[in-house]
Amino acid sequence: MFSFKKSLKSIHLEHNKSTMDLCTEMMPIPEKVFISVVQHIGAPCQPLVEIGDLVKVGQLIADSKAFISAPIHSSVSGKVVKIEDIMSSLGTKDKTIVIETDKKQELWEGIEPPLINSKDDFIKAIRDSGLVGLGGAAFPTHVKYNPKNLDEVDTLIVNGAECEPYITSDYRTMMEDTENIVYGIRIIMKYLDLKKCYIGIEKNKPLAIKKLKYATKNMTGVTVVTLQPSYPQGAERVLIYETTGKNLPPGKLPADIGMIVSNISTVGFVSEYYKTGLPLISKRITVDGNAVLFPKNLRVPIGSRICDIIDFCGGYTKPPKKIIMGGPMMGRAIYNHKKALIKNNNAILVFDEEMSKTPEETECINCGRCYANCPLNLMPTAIAKEFSRNNIEGLKKLNVSICMECGCCTYVCPAKKQLSMINRLSKKLIQEEAKK
Amino acid sequence: MGLFKDLYINDSLIVASSPHRVSDVTTSKIMRDVIIGLSPALIMSTFNFGFQVLAMASVCIAACIAFEAGFQYITKRTHTTNDLSAVVTGLILAFNLPPTLPYWMAITGCFVAIVIVKQIFGGIGQNFANPAATARIVLLLSFTNSMTTWAKPSIPLFGVPAIDAVTSATPLMLFSNGQLTELPAKIDLLLGFTGGSLGETSGIAFLIGGTYLIIRKIILPAIPMAFLGTMIVFSLLIGIDPAFQIFAGGAMLGAFFMATDYATTPITTKGKIVFGIGCGLITMLIRVYGSLPEGVSFAILFMNILTPHIDNFFQGRLYGRSSK
Repeated sequence: MFSFKKSLKSIHLEHNKSTMDLCTEMMPIPEKVFISVVQHIGAPCQPLVEIGDLVKVGQLIADSKAFISAPIHSSVSGKVVKIEDIMSSLGTKDKTIVIETDKKQELWEGIEPPLINSKDDFIKAIRDSGLVGLGGAAFPTHVKYNPKNLDEVDTLIVNGAECEPYITSDYRTMMEDTENIVYGIRIIMKYLDLKKCYIGIEKNKPLAIKKLKYATKNMTGVTVVTLQPSYPQGAERVLIYETTGKNLPPGKLPADIGMIVSNISTVGFVSEYYKTGLPLISKRITVDGNAVLFPKNLRVPIGSRICDIIDFCGGYTKPPKKIIMGGPMMGRAIYNHKKALIKNNNAILVFDEEMSKTPEETECINCGRCYANCPLNLMPTAIAKEFSRNNIEGLKKLNVSICMECGCCTYVCPAKKQLSMINRLSKKLIQEEAKK
Repeated sequence: MGLFKDLYINDSLIVASSPHRVSDVTTSKIMRDVIIGLSPALIMSTFNFGFQVLAMASVCIAACIAFEAGFQYITKRTHTTNDLSAVVTGLILAFNLPPTLPYWMAITGCFVAIVIVKQIFGGIGQNFANPAATARIVLLLSFTNSMTTWAKPSIPLFGVPAIDAVTSATPLMLFSNGQLTELPAKIDLLLGFTGGSLGETSGIAFLIGGTYLIIRKIILPAIPMAFLGTMIVFSLLIGIDPAFQIFAGGAMLGAFFMATDYATTPITTKGKIVFGIGCGLITMLIRVYGSLPEGVSFAILFMNILTPHIDNFFQGRLYGRSSK
């Protein structure tokens, strides 16, 4: 009865994309960078340098033998002054390589465009580049591009839906690096032998849609899909449905239904690396919020601290009360502005007290808004009930594990219940039970 | 730049779980919209029965707030009267009463609605039965005589009616007694120029209020449409006038404002449709075959009891579980 429905449920947010038309500026090299060995999902890397070593831009400084991992490169030239355990912005204590910069930004001698003749060369090159999913997930890209059933995969979905409010870094990539994106699509499709490509971009970015439509008009199999400007269009499951009409069943990976989903900045980087051989050492981010003097789009060396980035943006205008790495819907609020930028960060938002308040919770009135607005049809109030009873079987039955933590339920709740947080905790509960 | 940097104070950042933005919808704003939705009917009712209506509504609202605040004070619970839900309960209960009902009886009804049905089950959102429907039934069974003495509406506007003296049968009583020739004209039903309780009158006013709630997305159209639709289909099947059935009595009030109460109705759309069909069916069965002239509140209460089971049975289809 509902199978003709074209869209999954979504919510409308204020976009607040006032940095949309700000061209990317280069952030000057800070005095020190703090490069954590955990910049991705998967096994942490081991430092390959020692205190006192001199390093150059693009030099490999940490790596891991594990399959799901991505190497880490120096974003600056200078001297390793410390390797210590620091609580990163992810909330875990990880080895962090501290490099005092010499501001010369000398390139490492080993930098050269990769030689690619086959799919295996391509995957190896992606791994060597240190690329991870730049949309926020930070999943190592070489793993994503090399699923077990690659021969059954025929579709590339490029995620240009930057649905989080405030963030415009992907939009700037689309506007400034259009050619890289198109070339990236070309080589990914070539080496992974993909036939089709959908680029999903929301309607509120008409220029980006125009630019990419024009740039891809002679490419066979490439379609630019205009998406509704609602949230969360950029979530993997939602994007797959909105571009191809296919459902990704719970517990399955996109490759299982024949597709690979990649963020548009990730795709753009593939071509940058292909041309120059310079690994992932900097990141385009949006700095915004009502407590920062000059909101900007910036290209920042990985490992720069937030306080240095804010300094470059003119500093704070009011005492900051909440600093979010990422967007306001799914980003992580950090507890100290001395945390360093990692590969997957795409925004730093700084808010004053007024904008940082957590509203007071009242009683659930069973209005069903959380259910009515969940893109995946989960029942947050039922999940909350089972969570309060610690009923893991009940939580499994309610499929909380597929929750993508988009935050729609918390957003629409008139009682201001932290439903999304309860889902997150419920997922943890199930994971811990599975470990036993 | 030093100056701006000094604005940062160590350990002053708020760390919270995402999302860091929430909508501005709150429980009290929802309740305020429900009150706005009820106001056309209140105005029409005042027009028809005089200021007695406003007095009755005020008494019920005041009593509901007082009972809620009192209960929460005695049991040392958080005070929630500013969420306006007690106002809504009071207003809807008043709509369920004849304007001539003695105030102490109305206040007894408020006690049943707020204390017995709502608060001792845990307050807002926790009750399983509709407070106003239950209170009406309790009053009907306890004070049958007063609850079925209906004033004749006084026209022209705000004329002081000798309400105690004039009584009239409600259209549904006439229907129930088989006095079909004496049924009021449709236009009187639409505007509410008929005998009945405060809210059993103007169909048009409820349509306006109900449409307002649907536009404001406070309620989904599923329940009222299933409720009234079932009544229409049932009437057509047994060959009686469907328009009379949905405009007479409390069907409009029930369908838009009582059967849509969040706490006591199913959460999924399919569940809501089933709930609405059940309400419509039971209402018609009582009206046509039962010994009571009106059955809306019984129908709603009965379906309230079934709600948890409807919810269990009609869970939404999870994303990705389709058999497309």
